[in-house]
Amino acid sequence: MRTEQQTIDEILDLAAAQFKVPRANLSADDDFFKKLGIDSLQALSLLTRLEQHFNVELPDYELQGVSDFRTLAERIQARL
Amino acid sequence: MNSFSGKALSWELASGVIEVTLHREPCNEIGTLCLSELEQLASALPSLEETAHALVFNSRLACGFSAGGDLRELYEGIRTTEPKAALAGIRDFHQRIHHVMNTLDASPLITIAAVHGIVFGGGLELALACDIIIADKTARFCFPELRLGIIPGFGGIPRLKRDLGNAVVRDLVLTGRSFNVTKAQQIGLVSQVVAEGQSLRVARATAGQLAKFDRCTTATAKKFIKPIPYDELRQEIEIVCDLYARPAVQEALKKFVESTDVQPYLP
Repeated sequence: MRTEQQTIDEILDLAAAQFKVPRANLSADDDFFKKLGIDSLQALSLLTRLEQHFNVELPDYELQGVSDFRTLAERIQARL
Repeated sequence: MNSFSGKALSWELASGVIEVTLHREPCNEIGTLCLSELEQLASALPSLEETAHALVFNSRLACGFSAGGDLRELYEGIRTTEPKAALAGIRDFHQRIHHVMNTLDASPLITIAAVHGIVFGGGLELALACDIIIADKTARFCFPELRLGIIPGFGGIPRLKRDLGNAVVRDLVLTGRSFNVTKAQQIGLVSQVVAEGQSLRVARATAGQLAKFDRCTTATAKKFIKPIPYDELRQEIEIVCDLYARPAVQEALKKFVESTDVQPYLP
């Protein structure tokens, strides 16, 4: 079972790779829309990658209002 | 006409396969322009069917296959037109898009949707009218219509009910949630999942395999396997038009179109 910190780290790794942002520039409490410079459709592509990586299904309504990596990790952690 | 180059889509017939490419920015929204070019394709099908055995839909855009109906155009139409005329326009649009979808559904050609990225609403309904959906791992599917106070209007629910279990249809339509390709294959919507960027290549290979079979037998098998729910499709148009007559729909469209929220697709 992953710890929440491990989940956060893996999310940051994936987000940095997908949107070509230096990993060192990302931290758990960042607003991922602002930090990655993405819109809602790009956020859905990140969600797809996260679901595949963690092998979970995460309905997008569970992410309503979620914009930071830490809360995103909590939602994923709840389905692991 | 063996090829066509339009503003929303283009097609070319080569080696028995009609390859239809969607390429209307921002994400292949289906409005009056796209509908008009789809109608040209539908009109050309009878002559293309003389030499073709398969048809493949794909998108050239990085964002995905299609974000569905053009909600901005729809909202502008409702906002700037007298209500009765606006509703008549909506009915006309839906009757025309149903004709296109039904033509594809009933075509003796084997139709393949090669999808990636966003496959939402009317875009998913276009894929559903095809016989086979091949999706790459980036594909994400959704019927978001209930969020706007309407139901899928391009034949979505009757075709979903034909192809999938009713409990799954209820989940997907009533929650309006998006789902990935793993889920799509699990519920039987997608038949082949491929690596990122490979859906068109695999669709071409699949179309190549189909060319080996007797065309008459293939068309007969398709007709037997895939009945078209015409009664429910007609019923859908009536339900959609009734729903559009409600002020709540215009309000929801206004909210969506005028939203500066970073998550307009995630209400």
